[in-house]
Amino acid sequence: MAQIKLSNLKHSYLPSPQGPEDYALKEIDVTWRDGGAYALLGPSGCGKSTLLNIISGLLTPSEGQILFDGRDVTALPPDQRNIAQVFQFPVIYDTMTVGENLAFPLKNRGVDAATINQRVDEIAKMLDVTDMLDTRASGLSPDNKQKISMGRGLVRDDVNAVMFDEPLTVIDPHLKWKLRSKLKELHQQVKATMIYVTHDQTEALTFADEVVVMQEGEVVQIGTPVDLFERPQHTFVGHFIGSPGMNVLPCEAKGDRAIFEGHEVHLEGPVQGTGGNTNLGIRPEYVGFGETGIPAHVTKVSDIGRHYVVSAIVGDTALKVVSEHSAPEPGSQVFLQFKPEQSRVYRDGWIATEERGT
Amino acid sequence: MRTENQRAWFFVLPVLALVAFNALVPMMTVVNYSVQETFGNNQFFWEGLGWFEQILRSDRFQAALGRQFLFTALILMIEVPLGIIVALSMPRKGIWVPVCLVLMALPMLIPWNVVGSMWNIFTLPKIGLLGYFLNDVLGINYDMTQQPISAWITVIVMDVWHWTSLVVLLCYAGLVSIPDAYYQAAKIDGASNWSVFRYIQLPKMKTVLTIAILLRFMDSFNIYTEPFVLTGGGPGNSTTLLSIDLVKIALGQFDLGPAAAMSLIYFAITLLVSWVFYTLMTKDDAE
Repeated sequence: MAQIKLSNLKHSYLPSPQGPEDYALKEIDVTWRDGGAYALLGPSGCGKSTLLNIISGLLTPSEGQILFDGRDVTALPPDQRNIAQVFQFPVIYDTMTVGENLAFPLKNRGVDAATINQRVDEIAKMLDVTDMLDTRASGLSPDNKQKISMGRGLVRDDVNAVMFDEPLTVIDPHLKWKLRSKLKELHQQVKATMIYVTHDQTEALTFADEVVVMQEGEVVQIGTPVDLFERPQHTFVGHFIGSPGMNVLPCEAKGDRAIFEGHEVHLEGPVQGTGGNTNLGIRPEYVGFGETGIPAHVTKVSDIGRHYVVSAIVGDTALKVVSEHSAPEPGSQVFLQFKPEQSRVYRDGWIATEERGT
Repeated sequence: MRTENQRAWFFVLPVLALVAFNALVPMMTVVNYSVQETFGNNQFFWEGLGWFEQILRSDRFQAALGRQFLFTALILMIEVPLGIIVALSMPRKGIWVPVCLVLMALPMLIPWNVVGSMWNIFTLPKIGLLGYFLNDVLGINYDMTQQPISAWITVIVMDVWHWTSLVVLLCYAGLVSIPDAYYQAAKIDGASNWSVFRYIQLPKMKTVLTIAILLRFMDSFNIYTEPFVLTGGGPGNSTTLLSIDLVKIALGQFDLGPAAAMSLIYFAITLLVSWVFYTLMTKDDAE
């Protein structure tokens, strides 16, 4: 178990990268505390798998260092880093039994037979696979195979970190949440640092204590699920997390107000800086209907069970509103009210308002 | 109740007719010859199973069969491990992949009698490059037209040269289908190179390897053209494999009855060994 620190990490798949666009990872500086559960969240191609492979040692970064408890492991091969990795598609050794699969990493490290048996039994119990120990691993269902490949990582008691690379991709939907809660449970039992890579916000937000959101090789925000939802640092985070995502509306900034389609909107605090491309960011959950406010035209109402998603147009700009109990008729005129403490201005994508009272 | 439409059978008829014409009819002719005796003039006499008994008891047949099994066993023992080693050492990606694949495929594209002629000219003492080199440069006494050992080595080397590629290409196809994650997981699990081969590569190659061994068994067991062109079955009878002997009996001596009986025995052995082998290799998967 260890604290993991990534310092000035950069990686390019090209031999001699020229500009920032040649880098798959642009400049990563993160510290993960020992025993935490972290998620790397981002769209496909954002560099999250690259980052994972660098931590596990399957890739060597072009620049920067990886430190486990302060020890530089950048040059060490995977088997000397004491990490475990679970891949997108379950990796199992077909010709071995479930028990032999679990024992394999220990056998390779020359652990004595008695200890191996004891550890394998322990892990099998933890994963609820004790009754399968003697069956051939090739015939198992995908979720059990994925459990076994997880078990091969957990069986070693010296693991610094367990990494998951979109581990639920091939699992049936109804088994996904089961395996996810198993993961959570395991994390509480083994207390290893766990890093979970996914493009699914539900998976990331339910698994992790802290989520690292990535876009185009950059970390855009690190925070708890609540942070990411309540105060996105970047329009990308606002849009990527939440369903529907945050409304990003073109506006002009003016003191602690934003001018949106000619209407004045109160913000959470004063706007910093000048110039650039400014947008008003507000989540659909924090837009309400009222007697007064910004006039809008309702274009569509979707009933998605728990609440309504109302699509509306203000001037030329479309936005979405989430309404809990009732929704206006499509085609009607309404007045929208933006919650001031949840209205923010973003300059060139990054947050530009200051939180009041801090 | 639904009546099944049986008209689909009509579509099978042409194939059935074709197969009957080019396989079943000639086969039945052979069966017909194998139980009769002829002295010419198109007169035939019933012989029963006499020819089968005579063939099975004859020293000549037993010797040829022994040589045949020895030949097949030797080339399998060389070509299968060699093919696996070559496939393992071929690059998996990059510009050298097509180069390697084309080089590997080349020997298999050469007509069989050309392969025989090539190796004949190549290995003849005095004239052939290899023959000259071995005898006059290295001083090794090598003459495949005179010495049975030299002849055997030449026939084996020729077959290895001609057909190892088949094993290589099939194994290579099995190897490239293994996802990277398997190698990465093995690295993390601390597996040695041998373990990677034993627990990842070999199991993934098993299906294609079964096909490769089966094909190489059948082809080598029925081999005719190359050794015939190279040595003509000699010196003496030393490289007279089953098919060469069969042709000698059928077309050289024109003993149609014994030749027919021998072909049926030959066919039965090939079929039996292939079946036993296939059953053994696939037994594991059925469990």
